[in-house]
Amino acid sequence: MGTLGSALAQALGLLANPTPELLAIIWRTLNISGGALMLAALFGLPIGAAVALWRFPLRGVLAATLNALMGLPPVVAGLFLYVILSRSGPLGFMGLLYTPSAMVIAQFVLALPLVAALSSSAIKAVDPSIRLAARTLGATPAQATLAVIKEARFGILSALMAAFGRVMAEVGAVLIVGGNIAGYTRVMTTTIALETDKGDFSLALALGLILLLISMAVNMSVHYFQGRAHVERIA
Amino acid sequence: MKRTLILALLLFCIPLICLPLICLPAASSAGERLILASTTSTQNSGLLDYLRPLIKSATGIEVHVVAVGTGAALEMGRRGDADAVLVHAKDLELELVKKGYFVSRRDVMYNDFVIIGPKSDPANVRGSSSAADAFKRIKGARGPRGFFVSRGDDSGTHKKELSLWAKTGISPASLKKEAWYLEVGQGQAKTQRIANEKQAYTLTDRGTWLSKMDSLDLEVLFEGMPELFNQYGVMAANPQRQKHVNFDAAMEFIKWLTSAKGQGAIENYRTPRGDRLFIPNYKETHGNAG
Repeated sequence: MGTLGSALAQALGLLANPTPELLAIIWRTLNISGGALMLAALFGLPIGAAVALWRFPLRGVLAATLNALMGLPPVVAGLFLYVILSRSGPLGFMGLLYTPSAMVIAQFVLALPLVAALSSSAIKAVDPSIRLAARTLGATPAQATLAVIKEARFGILSALMAAFGRVMAEVGAVLIVGGNIAGYTRVMTTTIALETDKGDFSLALALGLILLLISMAVNMSVHYFQGRAHVERIA
Repeated sequence: MKRTLILALLLFCIPLICLPLICLPAASSAGERLILASTTSTQNSGLLDYLRPLIKSATGIEVHVVAVGTGAALEMGRRGDADAVLVHAKDLELELVKKGYFVSRRDVMYNDFVIIGPKSDPANVRGSSSAADAFKRIKGARGPRGFFVSRGDDSGTHKKELSLWAKTGISPASLKKEAWYLEVGQGQAKTQRIANEKQAYTLTDRGTWLSKMDSLDLEVLFEGMPELFNQYGVMAANPQRQKHVNFDAAMEFIKWLTSAKGQGAIENYRTPRGDRLFIPNYKETHGNAG
C-alpha cells in the first residue's frame, strides 16, 4: 500500500507538473500512432470501400482475410517485421530496424485490416435505397458511390478511432521493432513496461493514467460515432 | 450539429497530416547513430543513461541502446542489427571474435555477482563457503515453487548461474524439472522484482542490485568470491560480415569508452544513494582481441 500510495501521489504530481521527458514520450506516441493511422486510412479505406461495393474475383477471400487479420497478434506482426527489417533480412539495407519508421510500419500493419474490415461493414450497412435514390435523381455511378460512402462517414470514423486505439495501446510489436531506445523509439506503452521492471512506478503510473484517458476518449468517440451512424440510418 | 461534426473531423485530420512530416525527419536525422546492444544490467543500473550525453558531447555520436540479455545482444551483433555490443560473457565474446563475427574486443569494466534472497534465509546461504556451496544449500532446502528465480534468458548472468549449478553437479536439463526452480526469461531488474515478490533466491549483478535495493525486501546473502567476478567487454560488429553496420561510429565509441575520459566517467558514476557500481579496468596489454 505504501508503494502504491506514494507512487500514485508522485504520478499525480508528475501529471500536474509534467517533465519534458514525459511530454516528449506522449508526443512521440501520438506521432507514431497518428502516422500509422494515416497510412492505414490511405490504404484501408479504398480497400474497405472496394470490398463493400464492388464484385471482383477473390472478393470473399479478401474480406475473410481482412477479418481474420483483425486478430493478428501484435508480437507476431513484430516478429515478422523484425525478420524482414533486420540488417541480415531482405530489407536490411534500408536500416529501418530500431527506428520510429519501423514502429509506424508495424502499427500500420496492425491497423490496416481493422480500418479496411470495419469501414467495409460500415459501408455495407448503408441502406441500398440511397444508391437507388441517387441514381434516380440523375447521379452517375461514381456520384452514387460517393453518396453511399458519405452516408457511412460515422461508421468509417469509428473504424479509424478503433484502429487508433488498438495501435496506440499496443506494446509487443513496437517493443520488438523499435527496441525501446530512450528519447527515440520509447513510447508510452514501452516506457510503462520498462519503468515497471525497474520498480519506478511513478512515471509508469503517470503514463498509464494518460494512456487510459486517451484510450477511453477514443472509445467514447467510437461509441458516439456509432450512435450517430445508427441515428442517421433510422432518420 | 453537422457543421460542428465536420469541424471536429477536420481538427482530427490536421494533426494526422502533420504528424508524419514531423515523424520522418526524426527518423532520418540518424546521421551519427550508433546502435548499441547491451545488457539489462548496464541499462537498469542507470550507467548507460549517464554515459550517453557524455559520449554525445565528446564524439557527436548518438548512442541508441537496445537493452537485452547478453546472448540476445551477441545475436544482434552477429546479424548486424547492432553496431557494437557491451556485454559480460568474456569466453563467449573471445570465441565470437575468433569466428569473425566481431572485432576490436576490449575489457571495459567489472563488477561482481551476488546471491540475494529473503532476509530470513531459509536455506542458510549466509554460511556458505563458496557460490557452489550456496547453490547446493538452496537445492538441498527443497523449497516451495519458485524458491530460486533464474533469468532464463541466455544472458551473461544466466550463463554464470548455469556454470555455478554445473559445479554442484546439476545439469540445466534436470534443473528445468524442479518445481522450486523458476525460469522467468526477464531482464536483471525484473528478475529481482519477481524474486522479491516470491521471496526467492537469485543470482544477480551487484550494479543493478545497488541501484534497486531500496525498493526490494531482499538481502545480499553471499558475495565477494573471485568466482563471482563479472567482466564487461565491448566490441564492434565485423563490417566485413555485415556491410550495413556503422563501423566508424562503433570504433569511435570503443575508443572513447577505453580512453582516460571514458574510464574516468565509469569510475565516477554513482547511484542516487552514492554507491559505486562499476570499476573500469581497460588495459592496453590485456583482454583485447581482434
